Amino acid sequence: MTATLITISVYSLWTAIGLYMAAFTAFAFDLGGRAAATTVNSEPGTIAAPTRPRRAARVATALTVLGFVMHLTATVTRGIAAERVPWDNLFGFSLVSTLLVMAVYLLVLIWVDLRFVGAFMTMLIVILLGGASTLYYVDVTPLDPALNSAWLVFHVIVAALSMGLFGVGFALSVAQLLRSRWSLDETNRGGFRRLLATFPDPARLETLAYQLNIVGFVLWTFTLTAGAIWAEQAWGRFWGWDVKETWTFIIWVIYAGYIHARATRGWRGARSAWLSIVGFLAVIFNTTVVNTLFKGLHSYSGLSS
Amino acid sequence: MSRPSDSPNNAAQPSRPRAQSRPSDHIDSAEVPNEPVLGLVGWLRWGWRQLTSMRLALVLLLLLALASIPGSLVPQRSADPNGVIAWQQADPTGAQILDALQLFDVYSSVWFSAIYLLLFISLIGCVIPRIKHHWQAMRSQPPKTPSRLQQLPAHRLVSVPADAIPDGTAPAAMIDAAEALLRSRRYRVRRDDRDATARGGERWSVSAERGYLRETGNLLFHLSLVGVLVTVWIGGTVGWTGQRVLVEGETFANVLSGYDSFRPGRITPVLPPYSITLDDFDVDYEEAQANALGKVLDYRASVTVRTPEGGTEQSVVRVNEPLRFGGTNVYLLGNGYAPRIIVRDPNGTAVFEQAVPFLPQDSSLTSMGVVKVPDGLSEQLGILANLYPTQAELDTGAYVSIYPDLINPVLTANVYVGDLGLNTGIPSNVYVLNTDGLTQVAGGQSGVRAVELRPGESAELPNGLGSIELVDVPRFVSFDIHWSPADGWVLLFAALSMLGLFAGLFVPRRRVWVAARRDGDALILEYAGLARGDDPGLEQAVAQIAEDHGLRVGLPS
Repeated sequence: MTATLITISVYSLWTAIGLYMAAFTAFAFDLGGRAAATTVNSEPGTIAAPTRPRRAARVATALTVLGFVMHLTATVTRGIAAERVPWDNLFGFSLVSTLLVMAVYLLVLIWVDLRFVGAFMTMLIVILLGGASTLYYVDVTPLDPALNSAWLVFHVIVAALSMGLFGVGFALSVAQLLRSRWSLDETNRGGFRRLLATFPDPARLETLAYQLNIVGFVLWTFTLTAGAIWAEQAWGRFWGWDVKETWTFIIWVIYAGYIHARATRGWRGARSAWLSIVGFLAVIFNTTVVNTLFKGLHSYSGLSS
Repeated sequence: MSRPSDSPNNAAQPSRPRAQSRPSDHIDSAEVPNEPVLGLVGWLRWGWRQLTSMRLALVLLLLLALASIPGSLVPQRSADPNGVIAWQQADPTGAQILDALQLFDVYSSVWFSAIYLLLFISLIGCVIPRIKHHWQAMRSQPPKTPSRLQQLPAHRLVSVPADAIPDGTAPAAMIDAAEALLRSRRYRVRRDDRDATARGGERWSVSAERGYLRETGNLLFHLSLVGVLVTVWIGGTVGWTGQRVLVEGETFANVLSGYDSFRPGRITPVLPPYSITLDDFDVDYEEAQANALGKVLDYRASVTVRTPEGGTEQSVVRVNEPLRFGGTNVYLLGNGYAPRIIVRDPNGTAVFEQAVPFLPQDSSLTSMGVVKVPDGLSEQLGILANLYPTQAELDTGAYVSIYPDLINPVLTANVYVGDLGLNTGIPSNVYVLNTDGLTQVAGGQSGVRAVELRPGESAELPNGLGSIELVDVPRFVSFDIHWSPADGWVLLFAALSMLGLFAGLFVPRRRVWVAARRDGDALILEYAGLARGDDPGLEQAVAQIAEDHGLRVGLPS
């Protein structure tokens, strides 16, 4: 039974990666189509967006949803096989954190048309999930006594959820920077600029990224606090500058800076977008490099050294 | 002031520039012109304004993030003292340079402390004026209605022709209804009607503001961070920690001499007179799953606590489940085997009898321990022993342990004689045998096989020194005992900061105005909104108020 479930989990996982790749291709087609169909008006800087239905984008969204369902299946079956939450090692955490990045993206998609970052999102997930599946895969093993706590559920799932929010915020900040860097004008009306001109304007992108990032920040604050409560129970102190604690703190401070930047004259726009990008890169660094190469108490990657 | 006098910001604080409510570089504060700086007081004032500016807070935050990085790259004395020692041995010169830069103690270093202390001074300098301002804002009415509402970010104009005005509804009644509506939406309202003699003509209006909780939350968040910092500092200063290794069957009395190591705090520790006996230490191992054979499933230290009052309590200490007793917390942080060894002289008199805690070397609990017998034999005796809980033999003849439980326990002992170096007065590590003044007489290159024992067995020592017996192999645990009286306070401030963060980021602070004026026989209704801080829902809120107000007064939709 367990073996069957694990087989289902692995097959679902690779199917999900395949579907995300297919979705990426369709999203890329959509972007190409939009750039081609966009005409530049005589008034500089304005465009006539294509009016025909975006069939490729619909296909891409459908493929992404299918990929998400398979991704969810892979996560749930692994959890059932392990008879607990599946995120007790680096592979399990990668599985659930990328799942939540996708969940946040698809959820926001219900209200806001974010299909222009679809190609970016799916490629990001293919890289992260594919990387985790090849580099970090470990079999389901019994739970480490140090992880046997209710905090394993809350501390980790909330961390993964804030990663999801920061991830989509990151994509929007990248879009914002591109959009403001390569704008259409009298002399420059190349395909890439025409494509970017179909994105929402930078201020709108900045606001959207901000809304996601502040929710992420609140959840990250919870992650930090819950982690401290757990650390007191497990290690006898709530804070000890363990490498993982340190990086969680660094990320918290970066996003705190980002929120202040949004309220500081001269720091709105590109500068705050850079902070959002640096913040998410720090999150990825924390999950990958800090977990595998740095020596500390959070040695739960499950990979033998 | 550079703003026109009818701007909403000025309307808000007729005599008080907006810049006072927020740092001068806040995105929606007025530009403060560079004033000429004169004299010491001027410089101090300028310096203070820089220190409490949002820009400096931002720079300090980014510096703090950067300054935290080296502590994750270089081992820290606080978290990984052995890593520091290893670094010093591998690269003495480099380690000296790192040490001079306080890179082994980043988080208590001068430069790291300087950054966060400046940050907190900046925070306090920023928050105190804001508390004062917020207090005044909470007790004052919303600002007057600006004369040109169409300039506001959210604006809606409804023109009601004479025949669509519900019978007998005067403009004043329309605004009465708006006032009631806004009040029911928990806005603070202020009626601001203008008569015909005023500039701009006759107008009825209501000015409303909501979301004061946003600033309250914001201030609570920042003050709670100060609370966290202060309580963490107090906790680190007054609390104490101690360690004690306890073999099964042994009892630890909570007195200073009962600890193996003890780090006192500023306050002289008052140790509640209880004692803890380790009755049993049980470990569950995975026995079925092939790819996780021998993985630990659970650790349970069964203890008997004798309370100061003389009663006894049974309890189980586990990882993640410390024993909280008498204001102190007892954590289960380490464990291993402590083979009980007896060394006898040639007459059979025991000269050493002790359960010796061995240090685990790997996941199969191959363990290493040291026995030092300075007196009672013809020569000083040192033993370097290895315990293999489940012994197996490699092709090379070397022993390994293949499973952490005691399935086939074997102890091997390399025996040394000579000078143990205990008489020099230099404190020595009980887990290390300094072989400089010793000659090996069994094991290694000595030409005599290492002594090999199973539980219950005895063996003769070489050179007629006497004999050694392995009685049994109990387990030991290592307890950390902490008194950290400030933990609860830190948690309280952390929880408050989270509450504050929630309100400060998600409660929208907005001002809304509804105004009515006559335009011949027709009626012009205006709805306008202004966000204070990020407020993505502003336009929708204004539209909703316009719609609900229309329904209330019976306008055709």
